[in-house]
Amino acid sequence: MATIHIDGKPYEADPEKNLLQTSLTLGFDLPYFCWHPALGSVGACRQCAVRQYRNEEDTQGQIVMACMVPAADGTRISIEDEEAREFRRSVIEWLMVNHPHDCAVCDEGGECHLQDMTVMTGHAYRRFRFRKRTFNNQYLGPFINHEMNRCIQCYRCVRYYKDYAGGRDLDAFASHNHVYFGRSEDGILENEFSGNLVEVCPTGVFTDKTLKTHYTRKWDLQSAPSVCAHCSLGCNTLVGTRYGGARRILNRYHYDINGYFLCDRGRYGYEFVNRPERIRHPLLHEGAHDTETYSKPETCSADVALKEARIRLRRANRIIGIGSPRASLESNYALRSLVGEDNFFNGLPAAESHLVTVALEILRHGPVRSASLREIEEADAVLVLGEDITQTAPRMALAVRQSVMRTPRETARKLGVPAWHDRAIRDVAQSDRGPLFIAAIDETRLDDVSTAAITRAPNDLARFGFAVARALHPEAPPVDGLSESDTTLARQVSDALANADHPVIITGTGLGNEALLQAAANVAWALLRCEKPAALAFVVPEANTFGAGMLDGRPLREAYDAVSSGDADTAIILENDLYQRTHDVDVDRFLGGLKSIIALDSLRNATTDRAHVVLPAGTFAESDGTFVNNETRAQRFFQALPPEGDIAESWRWLGRLAAGSAPSEEPAWKYLDTIIDAMVADYPELRGVRDAAPSADFRSNGARFPRSPRRFSGRTAIHAQFDVNEPSPPADHDSPLSFSMEGSTAVPPASLVSHYWSPGWNSVQALNKFQEEVGGANRGGPPGICLIQPEKNLHPFFTEIPATFRRSGEKFVVLGLPHIFGSDELSRHAPALAERIPHAYVTISDADARARGVSEGDQLVLRIFGREHKLPARIRPKLAPGILGIPMGFPGHAGLVFPVDGHL
Amino acid sequence: MNKPLTEHIKPGAPPIDLAAYERTGGYEALRQALASMEPGGVTSMVEESKLRGRGGAGFSTGMKWSFVPMGDQAPRQKYFVCNADEMEPGTFKDRFLMEHNPHQLIEGMILGAYAIQAPTGYIFLRAEYHASQTALARAIEEAREAGFLGRNILGSGFDHDIHLHTSAGRYICGEETALLNALEGRRAIPRAKPPFPPVVGLWGKPTIVNNVETLYNIAPIIRHGADWFNQLGLTGESGTKLYGVSGRVNRPGLWELPLGTPLREIIEEHAGGMRDGYRFRGVIPGGASTDFLVEEHLDLAMDFASVQKAGSRLGTGTMIVLDDRTCPVGMVLNLERFFARESCGWCTPCRDGLPWVEKILDDVERGGGREDDLDLLAQQAKHLGPGRTFCAFAPGAVEPLQSALKYFEEDFRRHFNGNGCPYRSESAASGTRQVPPGNGHRI
Amino acid sequence: MLTDQERREIEAELPHYPRKQALCIEALKVVQHHRGWVDDEALCDVAEFLDMTPHEVDSVATFYNLIYRRRVGRNVIHLCDSISCWVMGGDGICEHLKGNLGIEMGETTEDGRFTLLPIPCLGDCDRAPSMMIGRTLHSGLTPGKVDDILRDCK
Ligand SMILES: Cc1cc2nc3c(=O)[nH]c(=O)nc-3n(C[C@H](O)[C@H](O)[C@H](O)COP(=O)(O)O)c2cc1C
Ligand code: SF4
Ligand code: FES
Repeated sequence: MATIHIDGKPYEADPEKNLLQTSLTLGFDLPYFCWHPALGSVGACRQCAVRQYRNEEDTQGQIVMACMVPAADGTRISIEDEEAREFRRSVIEWLMVNHPHDCAVCDEGGECHLQDMTVMTGHAYRRFRFRKRTFNNQYLGPFINHEMNRCIQCYRCVRYYKDYAGGRDLDAFASHNHVYFGRSEDGILENEFSGNLVEVCPTGVFTDKTLKTHYTRKWDLQSAPSVCAHCSLGCNTLVGTRYGGARRILNRYHYDINGYFLCDRGRYGYEFVNRPERIRHPLLHEGAHDTETYSKPETCSADVALKEARIRLRRANRIIGIGSPRASLESNYALRSLVGEDNFFNGLPAAESHLVTVALEILRHGPVRSASLREIEEADAVLVLGEDITQTAPRMALAVRQSVMRTPRETARKLGVPAWHDRAIRDVAQSDRGPLFIAAIDETRLDDVSTAAITRAPNDLARFGFAVARALHPEAPPVDGLSESDTTLARQVSDALANADHPVIITGTGLGNEALLQAAANVAWALLRCEKPAALAFVVPEANTFGAGMLDGRPLREAYDAVSSGDADTAIILENDLYQRTHDVDVDRFLGGLKSIIALDSLRNATTDRAHVVLPAGTFAESDGTFVNNETRAQRFFQALPPEGDIAESWRWLGRLAAGSAPSEEPAWKYLDTIIDAMVADYPELRGVRDAAPSADFRSNGARFPRSPRRFSGRTAIHAQFDVNEPSPPADHDSPLSFSMEGSTAVPPASLVSHYWSPGWNSVQALNKFQEEVGGANRGGPPGICLIQPEKNLHPFFTEIPATFRRSGEKFVVLGLPHIFGSDELSRHAPALAERIPHAYVTISDADARARGVSEGDQLVLRIFGREHKLPARIRPKLAPGILGIPMGFPGHAGLVFPVDGHL
Repeated sequence: MNKPLTEHIKPGAPPIDLAAYERTGGYEALRQALASMEPGGVTSMVEESKLRGRGGAGFSTGMKWSFVPMGDQAPRQKYFVCNADEMEPGTFKDRFLMEHNPHQLIEGMILGAYAIQAPTGYIFLRAEYHASQTALARAIEEAREAGFLGRNILGSGFDHDIHLHTSAGRYICGEETALLNALEGRRAIPRAKPPFPPVVGLWGKPTIVNNVETLYNIAPIIRHGADWFNQLGLTGESGTKLYGVSGRVNRPGLWELPLGTPLREIIEEHAGGMRDGYRFRGVIPGGASTDFLVEEHLDLAMDFASVQKAGSRLGTGTMIVLDDRTCPVGMVLNLERFFARESCGWCTPCRDGLPWVEKILDDVERGGGREDDLDLLAQQAKHLGPGRTFCAFAPGAVEPLQSALKYFEEDFRRHFNGNGCPYRSESAASGTRQVPPGNGHRI
Repeated sequence: MLTDQERREIEAELPHYPRKQALCIEALKVVQHHRGWVDDEALCDVAEFLDMTPHEVDSVATFYNLIYRRRVGRNVIHLCDSISCWVMGGDGICEHLKGNLGIEMGETTEDGRFTLLPIPCLGDCDRAPSMMIGRTLHSGLTPGKVDDILRDCK
C-alpha cells in the first residue's frame, strides 16, 4: 500500500494502479473517456487531467493525465486545481466542437457517459461558431447501429474490438479531425463480441439496434438482475423491460465471470421472449397424437388446464417426469418431487447424461478447482482440449484471448511498464503472446492467438491430452503409438504448463467424448502433483446442465424404455423439446406410447404441439430461479417482466399441479424460498443455493429494492392512453425486489443489482460505484455460490486410453458443430440473431473431398440412420479424414445425437 | 576543419561518391573506431563532445545512446534509425546534406550502430526527397560493396546493414515514436513515453533515432575528438549548425556556421539583409514549431540555451523571416492550417483544438474576428501546451501562435470590426502578393 | 490479383522487415506505382498478400497522404502550401494553377491529365515557391514558369 495526497489529504492507494483508477475508487468524480478498467490506459482523450506536484515544497506542479501516472507512494495531486479544471472543461469543449448535440433523438440519451462528463466538467455554452464536420454512417449488421457524427474519437471501440476481442473488421481510418471508426465498407461486424461496443462506446455512436426496434429510455425501463440462459457460463445480465416486453440485455458486472463483457448470443438472444410463438395461455389439445382427429390446440383458463391435467395425472398408471437442462434448478426439483425420485429423468440423451455425470464426478472427487472465467483470463498457460469454446461458451473464448497477454505483460513489467499501461504494453509485446494450445477437430476462432493449434479426431485429441499428462508426471498412464510430432508437441505443452504459475485446462462435452474429460482431468491432476495450482474448466451445453445433472435423474433413454415396456403412460415434460435432443423416430415412438402428455414451455415447439395440456412457462425474463453454471456456481435470476396472461414459472405450475384438485388447496411450494428450502433439505449438495442470493424477506432499511430506477418517469403515463388511474404494481413474494413506481438510491447486494445508476453517473459506467474498487470485485462480493469444492486428496489417474481413430470402410463419423448463432434452441428465435445463422452445411476434409471429387458448395447426400440429409459441402483443410461435421441443433437434423455414423 | 558537415560539399554538384569521400578522409573514423574503440568508448566520446540533437529537441546524443541496454543481458536485436523525414515547414537542411554527401550519414550511422551494437539500421526518408533517395541508395550499395556494411565489417566481427525506407507522407512521422510505428507499417500515431525508444523501440527492441544532421557530426567527432568539437561553437555549445533563412531576404539560403552565431549576422550578412522595400519584423527561428523572435532579439546568439532564454527554441535552426508587408495573422493561419491538417488525430486537444484555432484565424483574416477571439486563442494556445497533449506536436504547433499574440497583438486588432486583413488590401492594390522568388544561396 | 511484377517488388522488401505486415505501406506504394492509385481491389490484393484484412490495410492507407484512395490524374501536382512558400506568394501560384487547370485543390482535371494536391513544405524554402510534379521538384515558381511546366507535362 502507498500513501498518496489528493488536494492535500492523504489516502491509502494501491501503487499497482494508476491515479485515475485510484481517484475513482476513492470516490472522486474525475472525468475520463479513453480509459476503461478492462482496456487499460492509453492517454488519448486527455480528459482525466490533474495537477501533480513533485513534493510538498512544489507549488507549481504540472498538468498530467491521471490515467498515465502510477499511484506511487508519496504522489501529490490536485483534482480541484483551477487550471486542471479549466483544462478538463476545455477537453469537453473540444469534443463538443463537432458533436451534433442531438441528445433528444439519441438512443444513448440519459445514459450517456459524454453527457455525464459534460455536466461534470461544467462545460455548458458553445463558443465554436463554425460549421461542424460530418460523416456518413455505415450498415454494421443486425446488432449495432452506427452514428458517426456523435463520435468523440476516444478510440475505445477499436481498442476493444481489435485488441481485446480480436476482431479484424473494425478500424480507425484517416487522420487529424477526420478520424473515422468503422469498416472499410458497409457490412456485418463479424466478431462474436461486437455487442459490447454498445457499452464500451461512451456516447451514441454504437447503439443497440434491437433496442431501437422498441426503444425505451433507461429511466423508463424496469430491470432485474438475471443470468444468461444461452450457454453454461452463467454470465450475469440486466434485463430491461417495458410494456410487457423485454427491451434489451445489458452486461451485469460479475467480477469472477463475465466482468464487463457479454457475447452477442447473450446480448441479442433475448428477443425470443417477445415472439408470437410464445405460449401465453394454457392450451388443451384433444387429439394430440391422433393424426386423424388432429386439431388445433385451444387456449383455456389456468383452472381448466389444471383441472384437465390433474384428471389425467389421477388416471395415470405411472407418471414420468422429464426435466431439462434449460429449466431452473427449482423447476427441475419441483418436477422431481411431483413424480417421485424413481420417475424423474433429467431430459438428456444417455451419452450426454453420462458425460455430465463424469464431469461432475471429476469435480466432486478430484483435487482440482473449477476455473472461473477470471482465472482463465489471468492464466499464464492454457490448454483447450477438444471444445470449440467460441461457439459453445463464447465468453470463455474472450477470457482465453486475454490470457495470452499475461506473459507479454510480465515482460513489460520487467521493463518498468505497469500492467494498466495498455499503450506501452502493446509496443513491448508486439506479436508476442503467452502459451495457448488448442487441440480441436478443426480450426477455431482462437487459433490466431494460439502458440500451436492441432486438429485431430476426438479420440486422438484425448490421446494427445493423455500424452501431455504423461509428459508431466510418470504415474500418469503412457500413450502407446503416438506419432513423433505429437509426442514432441505434448512435451512442449507440458513444459509450458509446468512453467506457468496459473495453468488452466479447458475441455467440454461438445464432442461427446468421455476420454477427453478424463484426459483433461489427468493433465490437471498431473500438474497438481507437480505442485502447480492448476484449474480445470468444463464446458457443458446449457445454462443449467450441471444443475439438472446434480439432481441425478436418469437419461431420456430410460424414460423411453419405461414407455415402450408399457409401464409408464403419462409424462410431464418440463421445458424440453425432445425433438431437439433425440432422434425423431424415438421421440415419436415415445410420445405415441403415452396416454397423456403435459408439457410446460415458453415457446411452441414440436413437443408442445403433441401435448394434451400445455402450461405457459415463464422465460428467464418472467421467472425467479437458479441456474448452476459450468463452474457449479449457483446463481439466481429474477423476474424482470411481470408475467402476462397465465405465464408462470414452471416450478409454480408444478406446485399447483401437485396441490391436488380442491381450489382452496395450497400449492406445495408457494414461494421461491419454500421450494429452495425443500430442495436443499433433499440435496445437501445444493446447500449453497439458498445463499446464492438473499431470500425474499431481505430488506434494506425496511424497504425492498425497486426494479424501477430512481428516475422512473413511467408513473401515470404507462397506460395513459387507456386509463389515467395508476394500476397497482404486481406484488412480488419471491424476492426482495419490487415492481414499484418509485426508485431508490439504496445500493443492494450484488446479486440484487438491477441497474447501475449513481448521482452524476447515468451511463453504465456508474458501475464504478458498485465495485469494491473500480475494476475490482463487486461490492459485497460477486454473486453466486460454487456448489462443489475440490477434494483435498489426490485422485488416481484415469487409465483408459482410447484407441487411435481409424475410419472403417466407407463409414464416416459425423460430429456436431456448435454455432454461437443457431445451435442454441431459444436464442435462435430472436430475429436479429436469426439473421446471423448460417445455412446448414456439411464439412468434409480436404482428403475426403479430393477422393470423392467433391468441390466447395457441392450438394452432398449424407445418410444417417437411413435418412438422407442433403447439404452443401464445405471443404476444410485441417479436418481429419473420415470425419464429417454438421451444425448442431439446426432444423432438419436437430435431434441427432453426436457422434453418429454416416455415409455419403 | 571548421565546417565538418559541409566542407567537402559543392552546392549543385552530384553526390560525393565513395572514392571521393574516402579521399577526404571518409570512413577513417569508422576504421579507427572498429580497430581501437570499444562500443562504450564511442558513446563516451560522443557524450564528451556535448553534441545535441539537431532534429529539434536538442537532446544530448551521447546520453541518449547510453540509455540503450548493453551487455549479455541486453536483447541481441537493436535498431539504429536515422530520422530523415524532414517535414518541418521552413526546414531544408537534411535534404541538402543527403543530396550532396550521403556517405557521411552512412558512416555516422554505422558508428552509432556500433556504439549500441545494433545489427540493423533504417533510414526513414520522406517520400518527396527523390534526389536524396537516389543518392542514399547508391551510397549504401557502394558502402556494402566496400565492406563498410554487411557482415563482419572491416574484419571487426561487427555486423550492420542499413535499409532505406521511404515514407508515404504525414509530418507526424518525424516524431520519433510515430516514426517507429510508420516503420512497422502502422498508422503513425506517437507512442507513450516512457518507455523511451532506447529501451522499447522498433518492434519492441532498443532503438536509437537520430536526426540526419546530428549523424553528420559523428564521424568528425570520432576522427578529431571531443575537444576539437567542443571548441567549434562560439558560446560554449559544441559544434557547428546548419542555419537556414527563407522569406523576403536578399539571399535566402543555408550556411554551416559555428553554433551560437548571432541572429543579426545570419540575417544581415549571410542572408544579405531584407530585400529593398521590406523591413524585418520577426523571425521564426527553427522551423514552424518555434516561437517568433523579434527585432529586440537580433543580437541573440543562436544556440540552444540563448534562444530558449529568449522564449523560443533553436529547433531546426532554419528560420522564416516575417517582413513588414506580410500579415502576421496570415502567417500564423498558414502555420496552424498546416498543423491542423497534420495532426495524427490521437489526442483531443490537438485533433479538435487546432482546427478550431485555424477557423478562428481564418475568420479573423476575413474580417469576422472579435475582441474575445484574442482570449480564446490565448486559451487554446495554453491548453495545447506541453504535458497536456500526447506528444510534442501540438505544443510546437502553438508556439508561433502564442508568440504572435504576444508580439503582434495590434495586428490582430487591426483585423477586427469587420476589417479583415489590412495587408491583403495592400497587396491587392499592388496587383499580387507574388514577389520575385528566392534562388537559394547554400553554404 | 497482384501482378508478378508487383509481387516481386513487394517480396524484395520482405527480408528487410521482421514481420510481413510491416510491408503494408510499402506494398501499397508498389501497387500505387503500377496502378496510379489504390482502388478497392488493389487494397484487397495487398491485404490478402500480407495476411491482413482490407479494413486493417485501409486503416493504414487512409492515414498517409501519399497513398491515393481516389483516382488521380496522370500528373499529380504537389504544390507546397507551407510557410516559406506562402510568404513568397505561394497563394498566388495556387490561384494561378487553379485558374489554369480549372479545378480546385484536391480535384482532377476532366481530361485526367492533372490532379492538384497541397503538400507540406518540400524542403526547398530558400527557393520558394515550390511544387513537385511526379518526381521532379520545381523551384522559384512564377506564373509564367508554371505555365511552361504544365505545358511540358503529358
Ligand atoms: C511533431 C514532430 C515532428 C518532428 N519531425 C522531425 C523530423 O522531421 N526530423 C527529425 O529529425 N526530427 C523530428 N522531430 C524530432 C524527433 O522526434 C526526434 O526528437 C529526433 O529525431 C531525435 O533526433 P536528434 O536527437 O538527433 O535530434 C520531430 C518531433 C516532433 C514532435
Ligand atoms: S487519456 Fe486519460 S487521458 Fe484520457 S481518460 Fe483517457 S483517461 Fe485519461
Ligand atoms: S515552405 Fe515551401 S518549400 Fe519550404
